[in-house]
Amino acid sequence: MTTLAHTLSDSRVMLRRDLKHQLRYPSLTVMLVGLPIVLLLLFVYVFGGQLGAGLGSHLGRSAYLNYVVPGLMLITVASAIQGTSIMVAMDMTGGIIDRFRTMAISRASVLTGHVLGSMIQVLAAIGVLIGVAFGLGLHSAAGPLHWLAAIGILILFALALIWLAVALGLAAKSVETASNTPMVLFLLVFLSSGFVSTATMPTGLRQFAEYQPFSPVADTVRELINGTAIGDHAIAAAAWSIALAVVAYLWATRLYDRRRAVEPK
Amino acid sequence: MTSQHRPSGIVAQEVCKSFGSHVVLDKVSLGVEEGTVLALLGPNGAGKTTMVRILSTLLPADSGSVSIAGHDVVTDPNGVRAVIGVTGQFSAVDNLLTGAENLQLIADLRHLGREGGRRRVAELLEQFELTDAAHKPLSTYSGGMRRRLDLAMTLVGQPRVIFLDEPTTGLDPRSRRTMWQIIRDLASAGVTILLTTQYLDEADQLANRITVLDQGRIVAEGTPAELKNRIPGGHVRLHFASLDPLRSAAQLLQTAAADRDQLVLQVSADGSVDSLRELLDELHEARIDVDHLSIHTPDLDDVFFAVTGSHVSAQSDQYRTPEGAANR
Repeated sequence: MTTLAHTLSDSRVMLRRDLKHQLRYPSLTVMLVGLPIVLLLLFVYVFGGQLGAGLGSHLGRSAYLNYVVPGLMLITVASAIQGTSIMVAMDMTGGIIDRFRTMAISRASVLTGHVLGSMIQVLAAIGVLIGVAFGLGLHSAAGPLHWLAAIGILILFALALIWLAVALGLAAKSVETASNTPMVLFLLVFLSSGFVSTATMPTGLRQFAEYQPFSPVADTVRELINGTAIGDHAIAAAAWSIALAVVAYLWATRLYDRRRAVEPK
Repeated sequence: MTSQHRPSGIVAQEVCKSFGSHVVLDKVSLGVEEGTVLALLGPNGAGKTTMVRILSTLLPADSGSVSIAGHDVVTDPNGVRAVIGVTGQFSAVDNLLTGAENLQLIADLRHLGREGGRRRVAELLEQFELTDAAHKPLSTYSGGMRRRLDLAMTLVGQPRVIFLDEPTTGLDPRSRRTMWQIIRDLASAGVTILLTTQYLDEADQLANRITVLDQGRIVAEGTPAELKNRIPGGHVRLHFASLDPLRSAAQLLQTAAADRDQLVLQVSADGSVDSLRELLDELHEARIDVDHLSIHTPDLDDVFFAVTGSHVSAQSDQYRTPEGAANR
């Protein structure tokens, strides 16, 4: 087999391993996938009436449902990548990684397995979320192309965050740390245009919210699924995603290569 | 590479490794001929695990060279990885998979193919008596079963060179004997094996040659028989009722090591009846009262005492100060 064939084969094996882990650790998977659904119900039925009224539409709660779904898609991504960090840290703190390192396997495959596995999990979770949102009465004026574009942007952004989670998992000294650090990303979704318009925020916070990556992604996805005109957000969203993905990828691979050049316990 | 003079087995030359100012390995050279077993014997913190990590491409050495079956660990790490198998001190198994899945994972990564992989997995499950537990999660496995699975995973690709880092530490006596038998079988199948251990009897049982490592340096090297010749054959411990007879006995027997707190004097002796009689006669003539005595067969401590002049117990601290390491 050629090197490329080896890399593909090894990555596929590692992906299968990651998916098996997700099935064997169902409490984690269900929690990470279930949380966005709980938040969707909470935000639409508890806060939705009042928040919807603030949108200036006579539709109220139902208008807020349309507004908040992109925010919850980002929550889904932020939630799922906690699992990525945990799984990566579990590998790195256990003995199995040493076995992989002493085998003639593609060095990239260990990490790509986690990345692809997480991506599948994210997409499945977003699929469930969209299904539930339609069940609650989401009305979308967008055609299939718009939906595809929205999913495309989400995949690109998820890829960036997953690599970031991999790097955080590699950097973590323990599994506990690895499960906590991605919480910051979770918080960033709330400090963006994901749940409420940034225009309603106080100045300092508004500026922060407008210039952090979650806002342009939420705005772009919202415009795409609502079938309204797409603004400059799309370019900002793509630029943020690509830049983050590259930086996180380089950081992760560097950590992976550097790791273990330290004194054994 | 010329096939005429193809280096084989394990060759390490003047390997040095420090972590900060802590010297872990100081010019360690060793060779294991193809198809033989070398035991790396030493206490905790001697540098055994670090050496294994360097030999198995997990850790780069600061200086020195290592070649495994003709492949250099620095310039051709993947060549090395293709021929070695490593079982570390901490189990390298995937806890979320079953035993069979763990083996299948390695078979897939070794590119054994669908049929070949399945056959090899079944073979190993059988050989390591794991067939009944094959489809159970690892959380139900005992320590011995885990170790066996760990070693089975190492053997999936039929490596020519195997590293075993303290393969029997933490195992009960029965599992330990099973592990010994597995290692013997591998050796007789012509696999080159380097194993680390803290136990002289283990090294004695399994190895063709023994290298004794202490504080990052090789302090003795040879066949088990050669090493045992250097140890007079264990020691006799004389227990005294008070300090006075202990002092007189220590003066009488110049070669002895005294422990004033426990009122014990340790005398080298080969355990033969003659040498024991001689010792007791000597004490009797000097009218020194011995409370009681005990006879000890040679162990790692004796090897250490014989080759370094100090005891393992006095230096088994894993985290020695750099000063301590430098003084030696």
